[in-house]
Amino acid sequence: MISFLSHLVNGLSLGSVYAIIALGYSMVYGIAKMLNFAHGDVIMVGAYISFCASQYWGLSPLVSVLCAMVVCTVLGIIIERLAYKPLRQAGSLAVLITAIGVSYLLQNLALLIWGANPKVFSSVIGFEGFTVFDGQLKITGEVVVTVITCVAVMLLLTWFTGKTRTGRAIRAVSEDKGAAQLMGINVNFSISLTFAIGSFLAAIAGVLLCSSYNTLMPTTGSMPGIKAFTAAVFGGIGSIPGAMLGGILLGLIEIFGRAYISTELADAIVFAVLIIILLVKPSGLLGKNVQEKV
Amino acid sequence: MSKKWKKYGSYALPFALVIVGFIVSEILIAGGNMSRSLKGQLIPICAYIVMALSLNLVVGFSGELSLGHAGFMSVGAFSGAIVSGWLLNGAGMENETLRLIIALVTGGVFAGITGVLIGIPVLRLRGDYLAIVTLAFGEIIRNVLNCLYFSVNDRKLLVGFNNANLPGTILVNGPQGAVKVAKIATFEVGFALVLFTLLVIMNLVRSRSGRAIMAIRDNRIAAEASGLNVTKYKMMAFVTSAVLAGMAGALYGLSFSTFAAAKFKFDTSINILVFVVLGGIGNIPGSIIAAAVLTILPEQLRAFSDYRMLAYAVVLILMMLITNNAKLKGFVMTIRENRKKNKVSAAVTAAQTKGGEQA
Repeated sequence: MISFLSHLVNGLSLGSVYAIIALGYSMVYGIAKMLNFAHGDVIMVGAYISFCASQYWGLSPLVSVLCAMVVCTVLGIIIERLAYKPLRQAGSLAVLITAIGVSYLLQNLALLIWGANPKVFSSVIGFEGFTVFDGQLKITGEVVVTVITCVAVMLLLTWFTGKTRTGRAIRAVSEDKGAAQLMGINVNFSISLTFAIGSFLAAIAGVLLCSSYNTLMPTTGSMPGIKAFTAAVFGGIGSIPGAMLGGILLGLIEIFGRAYISTELADAIVFAVLIIILLVKPSGLLGKNVQEKV
Repeated sequence: MSKKWKKYGSYALPFALVIVGFIVSEILIAGGNMSRSLKGQLIPICAYIVMALSLNLVVGFSGELSLGHAGFMSVGAFSGAIVSGWLLNGAGMENETLRLIIALVTGGVFAGITGVLIGIPVLRLRGDYLAIVTLAFGEIIRNVLNCLYFSVNDRKLLVGFNNANLPGTILVNGPQGAVKVAKIATFEVGFALVLFTLLVIMNLVRSRSGRAIMAIRDNRIAAEASGLNVTKYKMMAFVTSAVLAGMAGALYGLSFSTFAAAKFKFDTSINILVFVVLGGIGNIPGSIIAAAVLTILPEQLRAFSDYRMLAYAVVLILMMLITNNAKLKGFVMTIRENRKKNKVSAAVTAAQTKGGEQA
């Protein structure tokens, strides 16, 4: 029973990280209609920046996280400007290949700068956590902070896209670029802002992920990135609560699959979920079905 | 001239390219002028050319981005190695060339079956979703292969899933991959495989089915409205590509004494995609040249090996930005139109002078 609960807690924590990444993925996919492969690698960059800031420059953990956020936000905007903006009118194949290129570029730059050896990432969270059930089940500070951050991010984003002018502009652009432009919305600004928000969230996710797992490599971000996309599809792409629900469910599936089915096949199980969802309900759990018009 | 070139020349060019490459390498080998490292690269080059050509069929002619191509390669490599090992240890077949050919065919068949199984769900999807699902399948294949164990015991082929304790000669040992593989792949058979691939792809692309595949790529809805069975033609391209990739995988696998599933990870799929993109999407001679050059170059430029993947990434991005640049496209179009106009005006003047002479 206790081991089940501890898997549940771990699953919730991993799922919350997936959810934060998936929120960024989902927003970018919604507005730019592109699969931003590089999103996972922005996570990795965020974690490295935070690592460098606290280890080499001796900054406090909180400041190092702020550094990571700023760098990733700027990085997201730069990537969008240089690589994706020229391809707004191009076919999806070209955009996808470019995104893969950007992902590889980031990974290999990180490889050149920081080397292939894994870095030991010390947790940025000072809070010790607590134990329940007479000390049998330990809930670490990382888990608490991750879950709270995830819920807070989701609530903030829901408020932002629902209530503020800029947020509503982003939603309008995702629905219909041309019509939004005619209504006087600055489409390019909205898209840049979405990339900035997505990358900002990626930085948070990167720091939280590495705080829980303590290792950092140039390839750290690629798998969580792809899984977060799976989560976004699972919950329904474009839907904010959907991304959160999908992320948490996927985290639980992965941890329980690893614990009760097979360690080697955990990734395969997660991807099998993606395939089944896409076949049975391509719009995801909370997504809306969009009819294709000729 | 131009019409005839369109009909025969563009068909013959890739064959000529491959045959010349083969003859040059054979002459270099016979004269002892080929370095050892380059000699060792000949079979992988053949395998990668086949991989690039087969991926080009999906990406270039069918217009779908498949990111799991290395998965088919690994299915082919493992089934090829298992069959070759079983034929040697179980059935006692000594003839290496025959074993290699049987291994290639088996690799192709198993990869084709995998292609059908994957194609049924995948080809219902479109664009980005299709790409991510092919990626997912590639990872699933790798994960499953890591759990498989095969051995030959007393003429029987034994299979274990997550069970390493098999009696007899071990052929596939879980995460270690295929072990004690007889290195029976030869450059000559590799060359024959490249020719076979070219024959299949060139004829498919130029057939009625090939035109249907390209019509679906250009406009799926219009093609469907014209009565084309979209799923059937997409499946045709996808499975053909999988079969060829499986054969390439078998060839590749049988050139190593041991190989693991980790050799065929996502990076390998991306490498092959780089060959296709750099050679030109939908361009067959381009794929051949890019695959050959990009397999040889990194070995010769060992000093820059750290920068290789970086360069690949930059190549992918720049190629896409340049080929999709509206200004550049317009520029190329005007040049082409001017050339056409010049040709037409030249023809008109020629006709006029001819007419003048007759009068």
